[in-house]
Amino acid sequence: MTDVSLPADPVVGGGHRKSALQQVLSQPSAVIGGSIVVFFVLVAIFAPLLSPFDPNASDWLAIRQAPSAVHWFGTDDLGRDILSRILFGARASLLAGVIAVAIAIAIGVPLGLIAGYFGGLLDAVISRCTDALLAVPFLVLAIALAAFLGASLQNAMIAIGVSAVPIFIRLTRGQVLVVKGEDYITAARAVGVRDRNIIVSHVFPNVLAPVVVQGTITMAVAILAEASLAFLGLGQRPPAPSWGSMLDVARQFLTEAPWMAVWPGLAIVAIVLGFNLLGDGLNDALNPHRDTE
Amino acid sequence: MLSFVLRRLLVAIPTLLIVSVFVFLLLKLLPGDPALALAGEERDPLVIETIRVKYGLDQPLPVQYLRWLGGVLQGDFGVSIRTRLPIGEMIVEKLPVTLQLSLQAMIIAILIGIPAGVLAAFKRGTPVDYLVSMLGLGGLSIPSFWLGIMLILLFAVSLGWLPSGGYVGFFESPLANLRYSLMPSLVLGTAAAAIIMRHTRSSMIATLQQDYIRTARAKGLREYVVVTRHALRNGLIPVVTTATLHLGQLLSGAVLTEQVFGIPGFGKMIVDGVFSRDYAVVQAVVLCAAVMFLLMSLIADIAYVILSPRLRA
Repeated sequence: MTDVSLPADPVVGGGHRKSALQQVLSQPSAVIGGSIVVFFVLVAIFAPLLSPFDPNASDWLAIRQAPSAVHWFGTDDLGRDILSRILFGARASLLAGVIAVAIAIAIGVPLGLIAGYFGGLLDAVISRCTDALLAVPFLVLAIALAAFLGASLQNAMIAIGVSAVPIFIRLTRGQVLVVKGEDYITAARAVGVRDRNIIVSHVFPNVLAPVVVQGTITMAVAILAEASLAFLGLGQRPPAPSWGSMLDVARQFLTEAPWMAVWPGLAIVAIVLGFNLLGDGLNDALNPHRDTE
Repeated sequence: MLSFVLRRLLVAIPTLLIVSVFVFLLLKLLPGDPALALAGEERDPLVIETIRVKYGLDQPLPVQYLRWLGGVLQGDFGVSIRTRLPIGEMIVEKLPVTLQLSLQAMIIAILIGIPAGVLAAFKRGTPVDYLVSMLGLGGLSIPSFWLGIMLILLFAVSLGWLPSGGYVGFFESPLANLRYSLMPSLVLGTAAAAIIMRHTRSSMIATLQQDYIRTARAKGLREYVVVTRHALRNGLIPVVTTATLHLGQLLSGAVLTEQVFGIPGFGKMIVDGVFSRDYAVVQAVVLCAAVMFLLMSLIADIAYVILSPRLRA
């Protein structure tokens, strides 16, 4: 599940060079995915204004009610409004995605730059550790880390972020190796530019596009992972709303209240699909191979 | 060929050693004294000290690591504090369950993923391509546990065709085994099908632009022959690699699927281990998952060499 990025479709025919933004906007999947993502970001920000009820308020007279004019998505086993809980749940999901990906990039990209640029023993050590971490299935690693850290949203985010670090190390390192042989790097070295400056101003910009694409796809993976951990009881603690833990509860009432299981799942599918679409679109738009073909 | 396999095996060894160090340290990072945990209700300092010496907890970390590794290499992962069974035995008992699920899932994934990917590649840019690609992305975006719940809702709760959970071994009753494993395999296979479809599509698109395909068409071969004899044979090579590698990753999905369907497999073992604070079990599962993944990537590499004549030299 961790590596879902594919080489961009080869472009048929030539075409003028467009700005990065124009290229992204010319990809329907990027526009649709981006819209879904923006929608959920707005939902998360304005959840208190949009929610018809307090997401944590129990109404003992309205337990497990089917969707109705009052409770559009129905109510749960404690009489809480499911729509309000879904709206607030977007916060946990997005936060988990953003923080986890930020951790993965903040640790992974510098290590990848160092390993790729300097090579030698440093590269050997970093690469072997990366291989070792990649050998453990992503979710198994995240579950193990979350279990050892203890169940909470914060620890889930750390566990997912750390599990995603090797993806970014490998991606960045590979990208650096491609760039390193280019003439302009050799030229910069020859005129005595310091390594740090070469990395920052010549190598890093070339790594940026693939990292943005991978980051977007990893958002999808991280949000799925957060939902999975919450479903297992290793994420957001109740009563705070989280889509994964809502599904865990819903499982016990499948016969009596199937709607409890439908909405949180649809919300997860929608937001993950949004990031996947955006990632695919960005991949087709920003992939550097596009220019050379 | 033999030297290639040996070389690959040698490369895998340091990776495995690093995994083992990580896994070992993970347990050591836990707060609290493991000797106290092992003692349970017992608070007698003498007993605790005896436990400490018995399990080698009084030794320095590297010594503890080597002792642990020595045990692991002989299949001794310690004893589960929940079931009081040797963890090695638990793995031997549970692994086949998950392997069966994973294999069935992979068969489903290949049967759906490859034809769909080939179709999308040939109809590139048409509504058929968009539909297949959307379905593929959808398959990647559905949480396996939710898909499982929805299938239970449909086939078990509403229609009553299949059991909602549980497991019967294949050798007890093959038919019951199939009924119990059908939904879990379908759930596991969905994401794998999506991944295989996407790889097949992009690999086939690249293959179809090759000169030899144009030559094959130019010399008047029928499209069917061009596809089966030329395009598929080359276009599917990377797909074999992806599928094999993904078999190692299916374990990730199996954790949730087994949890939803209450299947006593390898994936449920780690969840049970987590909740009963049975950390030695968690350690063992992580290590075994890594071993299986490395084994699968070795097989993928070998398959790649066998299939692509350019690398056979």
